[in-house]
Amino acid sequence: MENRGITFGYGFLSQESSFDVQFSLIEFDGSHSYFRAYLVGLLNTILVSVIGIIFATIIGIAVGIARLSKNYLIERTAAIYVEFFRNIPLLLQIFFWYFAALRALPLPQKAEPMFGVFFLTIKGFFVPAFIWNNLDIFIYSIIAAIISIIFVRIHARKKQETEGKQTPVLMISIGLLLILPLLSFIIGGASFTVEVPVLKQLSQSSFTYEGGIGLPPELIALALALSLYTATFIAECVRAGVQGVGKGQKEAAASIGLTPNQVLKLVVMPQALRIIIPPTTNQYLNLTKNSSLAAAIAYPDLVLVFAGTALMQTGRAIEIVSITMLTYLSLSITISIFMNWYNKKIAIKEK
Amino acid sequence: MNKINFLTPNKENLYTYLYIGIFLFFFSVLDVFLNSFYNFNLTGFLPSSISSVLPLILGFIGLHLIRIEYSGIKKLDVLNKNINTNSFNAFLSLIIIFVVIKALPPLLSWFIIDANIAGDSKDACTGSGACWTYIKIWFNRFMYGMYPNAEQWRINLSFVALAFLGSIGYFATEKYKKYLTLYYVVIYPIIAFLFIFFFISGGPIFFDFSYGIIAAVISLIIGFFIPSKFKMYYFIIVPITIYILLKYVLFYEALIELGKLEALEWVETGAWGGLSLTFIVSFFCLIFCFPIGLFLSLGRRSDFPIIKYISIGMIEFWRGVPLITVLFMSSVMFPMFLPEDMFIDKLVRVIIAISLFEAAYVAEVIRGGLQALPRGQYDAAKSLGMGYWKMHIFVILPQALKLVIPGIANTFLALVKDTPLIFVVGLLEIVGMLNLAKTNPKWLGFAMEGYVFASVLFFIICYAMSKYSYNLEQKYKTER
Repeated sequence: MENRGITFGYGFLSQESSFDVQFSLIEFDGSHSYFRAYLVGLLNTILVSVIGIIFATIIGIAVGIARLSKNYLIERTAAIYVEFFRNIPLLLQIFFWYFAALRALPLPQKAEPMFGVFFLTIKGFFVPAFIWNNLDIFIYSIIAAIISIIFVRIHARKKQETEGKQTPVLMISIGLLLILPLLSFIIGGASFTVEVPVLKQLSQSSFTYEGGIGLPPELIALALALSLYTATFIAECVRAGVQGVGKGQKEAAASIGLTPNQVLKLVVMPQALRIIIPPTTNQYLNLTKNSSLAAAIAYPDLVLVFAGTALMQTGRAIEIVSITMLTYLSLSITISIFMNWYNKKIAIKEK
Repeated sequence: MNKINFLTPNKENLYTYLYIGIFLFFFSVLDVFLNSFYNFNLTGFLPSSISSVLPLILGFIGLHLIRIEYSGIKKLDVLNKNINTNSFNAFLSLIIIFVVIKALPPLLSWFIIDANIAGDSKDACTGSGACWTYIKIWFNRFMYGMYPNAEQWRINLSFVALAFLGSIGYFATEKYKKYLTLYYVVIYPIIAFLFIFFFISGGPIFFDFSYGIIAAVISLIIGFFIPSKFKMYYFIIVPITIYILLKYVLFYEALIELGKLEALEWVETGAWGGLSLTFIVSFFCLIFCFPIGLFLSLGRRSDFPIIKYISIGMIEFWRGVPLITVLFMSSVMFPMFLPEDMFIDKLVRVIIAISLFEAAYVAEVIRGGLQALPRGQYDAAKSLGMGYWKMHIFVILPQALKLVIPGIANTFLALVKDTPLIFVVGLLEIVGMLNLAKTNPKWLGFAMEGYVFASVLFFIICYAMSKYSYNLEQKYKTER
């Protein structure tokens, strides 16, 4: 290393970065430091991972349940979806959505609004933004609702254990979640206005939307591909989990007079979750790591911004690659330590 | 005649319900079918808002009327049980049927009816559908990358030879079955390596390849006369000895002479590409990652703290980072640690990186199998006086590996699906070639066809692999 004239050190992190990032959650331009560029990349990685995880979970659970359906058509449709999307490389799917599917969308000036406010164009997805007054009161009200729901649940469990009476916890919870935020609007003075994106002409033939929130097509393609790909694995986890609960358990539960809903809630789900959660967390981790493929379609995530642009500019290969790897490593080690703890906690205690 | 109650169909007026229900159901399907295939609306005389949801309502009523339990008609019962158990299921079934019928015409038209395959330039694509001409013209590039056209027979020959050598296991008779493991673990990878790195890349070192083949053949022939007790050591030592003898002692003079002759044309690895590169990379990574993973998993369960913690560190490190950063490391960071005059080929670096990466996953899968074995197996093997290696090779691993066939297959599938990532270091396998072809000024605007083509290829490969692993799992399944 020495004879190549390479110096080693992390001092470059505070230098001026002098490059720009297309899409960032925090303010960033050329005058900010490389460390801030790192933060921008990290936040973008987290953003796409969170979006991907949410959609992958929703699709995965739906498809996993559909795979268990007794309806032949539904079961087959779900099976075809799973087999198809998990046997195609993720990179190919990202390219497909970004270069083939999203390129077929209309130009901004020709886009048809969906429900009058959403604009899906080749330049991205433009949605209205909420501008809040007294947002903190609204958030406090939601926190208060969650805390009171926890108290109601504890009370309901105590009541069931001592008196054997059941309380409609679900209805009370939904009621609390609706009423308290509503009160914050009426009494607390929280309010919001909606800012609808408006078409704006940049030059003779170039248009864009202003106002609202604009999601770049890279983010959409990446989130779409990640969630559709990971959902297939989550679906299989869900299916395996529910099938892993012995038939005898369901029959025993039914024979002591539980309703089908109670069987699902009190007997099947607690046991199925024990099987479902560990591999699903693993899939979340995979999704986060796979989000680094963003570099292929120029979504400014950690790998592209930091291990790409910053590395090109500074030439500090060892420092930058090691920081990038350590970031992912610490993320996954944290989650795997948590998973080991969780596994030990929920494991069946045998004598 | 009994009173007919349309809300709760029952068995008494079975045929009345059945005829009305089936008629309504088929009418709704026919309506959607005509609408989507011939653009003809049966219910066009109604207001459009009603006519668009009418098939759904009619089909729903129809399915409701034929939902009769234990009707005594076998086909009806099967139908009811499968797609028509309750209203919600019937509704979903109808939606799926209608969506399939609606989606067929545009798909058919894009894929077949309005697609073009004739001609050899972009102008030939006049239809509104896919332009398969693009795939046809670029097919060679998608398969072989930038490999010279005149030399492509070498790739074909190598793959055919390797496929043949790989399938020997199926033809082996009982007598030779016991050597198969040795063959697949030691000899076959060496032959494959010689083929790919000397035959496909060519150049003067091609002669190394011929010595290797001669050495392998001679040692195989002698091998039949060696007592089976020493065979294991024999197959490792003798081929290497013969190879060294051939190269440095017997043919040394001849080599100099031969070196002046015209050998196979040298093709650098940068020119390799397309689907054949996908195969080469995944093949070698499969071969290398399995033994590394095996040793890591054994190391993780070792009693020596140093080995144990090194293994844990390796496994957790590779599992914790994304493959793309590993490839970055191998391409920008790794060369810095090498001596100045040393150079390792790009392809070799990539294969090492991917093998190490996937080995960590294989290790965790195998560890699962090792943990699943009861302690009694270890104790029994030890009580027979077996040492560590003997115990693992003959007792533990055969059982543990059998248990984890699905897991290993999944890891291998993930490996094949990860190969496109080698674009990071500038190697263009099929997805990389697609992106290159897409930006060719003569062929702009055919991204969709290319991606569909590659998706179908990958789907076939991966699906075949997963089915094969399922068969393997069934074959080696033993009751415990």
